[in-house]
Amino acid sequence: MSDSPAVHYLNEQKGWKSWLLTLDHKRIGILYLYSIMAAFLLGGVFAVLIRLELLHPGQQYMEADTYNQFFTLHGAIMIFLFIIPSIPAALGNFVLPLMIGAKDVAFPRLNLLSWYIYIVGALVALYSIFAGAVDTGWTFYTPYSTESATTVVPMTLAVFILGFSSIFTGVNFIATIHKLRTPGMTWFKMPLFVWGLYATAIIQVLATPVIGITTLLLILERTMLIGIFDPAMGGDPVLFQHFFWFYSHPAVYIMILPGMGIISELISTFSHKKIFGYKAIAYSSLGIAFVSFLVWGHHMFVAGQSELAAVIFSFLTFFVGIPSGIKVFNWVATMYKGSITLQTPMWYALSFLFLFTIGGLTGIFLGTLSVDVHLHDTYFVVAHFHYVMMGGTVMAFLGGLHYWWPKMWGRMYNEKWAKISVALIFIGFNITFFSQFIMGSQGMPRRYYNYLDQYQPLHAFSTYGSWILGLGFIVMAVYLIHSLFKGKQAPKNPWESLTMEWVTNSPPIHHNFEETPKLTHEPYDYDKVLAEKN
Amino acid sequence: MDTTGTIFMPPESSTIAGEVDAAFYFIYWASIVLFAIVVGFAALFVLKYRRKKRELTSGVAHNTKLEVAWTLIPTILIVIVFVMGFKGFIKMNVIPKDALEIKVTGQKWFWTFDYPEGVNTVNELVVPVDKAVALTMSSQDVIHSFFVPNFRIKMDVLPNRYSMTWFEATRPGVYDLFCTEFCGKGHSEMIGKVRVVNDREYEEWLEEAAFGGEGMSLEDYGAKLYVSKACVTCHSIDGRIGTGPTFAKVYGHSVRLADGREVMADENYIRKSILEPASEVVAGFQSVMPTYQGILKDREIDALVAFIKSLKDKEGP
Amino acid sequence: MSSHAEHPKFLEHHFVEPEQQAASAKLGMWVFLLTEILLFGGLFVVYAVYRAWNPDIFHNAHVHLDVMLGAINTVVLITSSLTMALAIRSMQLGRQSETITNLVITLLLAGTFLVIKYFEYSHKIHLGQLPGKFYTFEGIEGTNPHIFFGVYFMMTGLHGIHVLAGMATIIWVLRRTIRGDFSAAYYTPIEMTGLYWHLVDLIWIFLFPLFYLVG
Repeated sequence: MSDSPAVHYLNEQKGWKSWLLTLDHKRIGILYLYSIMAAFLLGGVFAVLIRLELLHPGQQYMEADTYNQFFTLHGAIMIFLFIIPSIPAALGNFVLPLMIGAKDVAFPRLNLLSWYIYIVGALVALYSIFAGAVDTGWTFYTPYSTESATTVVPMTLAVFILGFSSIFTGVNFIATIHKLRTPGMTWFKMPLFVWGLYATAIIQVLATPVIGITTLLLILERTMLIGIFDPAMGGDPVLFQHFFWFYSHPAVYIMILPGMGIISELISTFSHKKIFGYKAIAYSSLGIAFVSFLVWGHHMFVAGQSELAAVIFSFLTFFVGIPSGIKVFNWVATMYKGSITLQTPMWYALSFLFLFTIGGLTGIFLGTLSVDVHLHDTYFVVAHFHYVMMGGTVMAFLGGLHYWWPKMWGRMYNEKWAKISVALIFIGFNITFFSQFIMGSQGMPRRYYNYLDQYQPLHAFSTYGSWILGLGFIVMAVYLIHSLFKGKQAPKNPWESLTMEWVTNSPPIHHNFEETPKLTHEPYDYDKVLAEKN
Repeated sequence: MDTTGTIFMPPESSTIAGEVDAAFYFIYWASIVLFAIVVGFAALFVLKYRRKKRELTSGVAHNTKLEVAWTLIPTILIVIVFVMGFKGFIKMNVIPKDALEIKVTGQKWFWTFDYPEGVNTVNELVVPVDKAVALTMSSQDVIHSFFVPNFRIKMDVLPNRYSMTWFEATRPGVYDLFCTEFCGKGHSEMIGKVRVVNDREYEEWLEEAAFGGEGMSLEDYGAKLYVSKACVTCHSIDGRIGTGPTFAKVYGHSVRLADGREVMADENYIRKSILEPASEVVAGFQSVMPTYQGILKDREIDALVAFIKSLKDKEGP
Repeated sequence: MSSHAEHPKFLEHHFVEPEQQAASAKLGMWVFLLTEILLFGGLFVVYAVYRAWNPDIFHNAHVHLDVMLGAINTVVLITSSLTMALAIRSMQLGRQSETITNLVITLLLAGTFLVIKYFEYSHKIHLGQLPGKFYTFEGIEGTNPHIFFGVYFMMTGLHGIHVLAGMATIIWVLRRTIRGDFSAAYYTPIEMTGLYWHLVDLIWIFLFPLFYLVG
């Protein structure tokens, strides 16, 4: 069969019903891809508008209330509608069964249901935006969120609904990875992206129910006036913070672990080299998943918890950094004596190394008790999390998107324009966010509509960076959409990678594999395979 | 003590700032080194091992010595950093016994400070240099947070609970005080100043603050209070609309209220608006003004009424 | 790979053999039950925190719960778990009408549980023993006695919603049994429903002592 078959999963069945009622994990992945990209666009528009307002102190284009709604919506949309589902639901759904030699995920109907739940959650969130919009910050701290006259209940209901989408994806992936691997693919012969998805699924399953109950409690507080967070009724507003962060801290590892999995694939493939320290990377994913549940209090060092609790949380916080550091060293070591090409996915992987290292190291500042007292709730924190979430997860997501693009669509994109886009994004990102580290440690608080004159130069610098960043994404949208119509036909394995998804056609047929695939080599055996070829 | 500030940090102005900055810069330099290693080696390998130059790759996937080193060294570094942070944190949370005690109240959207001598100020915290000051803090509504960057201190301010922090200022000067826990529309306007003065100036200021505007006309005293009690945050005196109605051309005119009533803005109306603001909200404005019951003494209210009265014919901008 | 002739109707195309499909379903259901435990776990934490802060209210308020009704409900649910397990056993032996009988009894017992809860709730509403701002009952000593009822209604309410969801699932499985979808070779959906139902029962077994027998 040719690399690009005449009949494949995209054209085998046509019409909107064949898409909306599909049970094919690849189509569901594509449905998710469209959804999260729409969310990213919306969240990004809010970001650009925020930065525009902050170009100068005082009112520019909007009032304080509107500004407060914009930063809340930017956060809520980016976190719940974009980044948490992004890699697992859009890329993972597509790639996971292919990577392990399966024909689908364990529960295809549950998979489709989780996408529908996502859409319902997204619609409820959109409704809340048009019906009055929330202004509490994405963290919904009480008592402000119980009193605010904005649409807190619909937005938190949306979060509750979206939580189920995440949980069902996690359940599906755990069962898939345990039970559907092709014969011969033992745990330590799985690609590291699968390990990443597995560790992520564990967190999704254990942590998400807690945000479910938290949002439920907040809704009951507002509607039934239960008083659980109201000090006048014997409740405690700080209890809300404990509940909220018990999920939201592990949630950030839901965001980064699949990204780290992608980086392992990209660095190994584009260096044509066996991954350094496979087991260390696999175990560190599980280690991060475990420790992530023990550190939530580091968001609350000055919130009113006991000093002893703060000390314990600080101590444990450092230990979640060590496995991440080990991964970074392993990736660099993988490149040693490799055979490296600098195609677009590799540029994303290298950008990740640069940006995630900064993001991770700045986490150390924040885990250090006395330093965090100064830096907490300033722009330093904003810069830190954008470096790890955007410089980390989003770079990995984009790298994965460009890596698997030929497999998904059977088309190649324009390499020159793709490289221009990475450059714009990398440069724009650093200008936007590095200035925020400096602003933050100089004392600039977060969530400020107006600010003192002394912070204006750094704010302006950051805003200019956001324009370059935005331009990079516009360029990306253009060449990616163009490739769908005019892109060159993609071969089966354009990157000469050794993982199993590249054995299939580009795009794959509906059932992925004609016969149950046999494992002929381990996922990163480049040294052996290349030597045999030559 | 670094009194000029660096690119990252504002000038150190308290006894704890030096220790905080030392921890900050230890992490900073260690991070620079680690970052240089990661990015440096990545760049080196990209340049040295391009595919044009080599097809085959090494199968090396382990190096026990290296792996132990890069696990152990970061672990040692973080233990050092943890201890530095821990020590500073304990110092920040153990309040010296002989500290000057001041009560801090946060509310939407200003700070009130109550001194032991009965003085109270709005948005301006005056303290003597080289003396420990202990702050007992609580909120009247939502969670706020008390942050003075120059002192490197921060503590959340909670409703129905007291939270405590302390500092000892080391240099006279005026320092920014920010609210740093999102609290609504006026969050970014909830800015105060900490004014650090020498002992003599502090005593003089206390005396003057306690004295209540004697020797001044009520109108002039009211003009002073308009600023020092933060009315200016929401009410203009030149016709401009802010969070609250302007004081220009109010007294003696009729006012339309949110509930549809028309009332005459006389002395009683003004006094009621200060003490029971929610009872007569002006049409077109939200009911967000807090009550000044207990914050303003009667004489201060008299002065403000006199001041607002004096603006009855003021033309707008 | 099995040829089409040996391909059982219930075997989905992405599974190689029935054992793989059944094992996957079981793993998936256990993981889902884990998420339910964490969901209720959050509320158990709320219970623990507020009980630690208000031991007197919890003691004074709990006497107003009817221990007899609570105990009956406990027996009802445990019995329903038994009949649910028997339904699975019946289908393991290929006995369709026996399975149907057991499923119907399970449903009736579940319904009984909800009826008893309805009486309990109505009584409390009548007396004003309600959460938060709706609390109007006088007769419990201590500050903020509404806290006990807030936690009580939240936890038993969420549990009740799960009982309803369980009943819906049992009805679905009952329909499929009547339709002849299951056999001794394939009864996974009944088994999965059983697992879910046992969890619903288990949660009540914790709720009963914590609310009715505390102090």
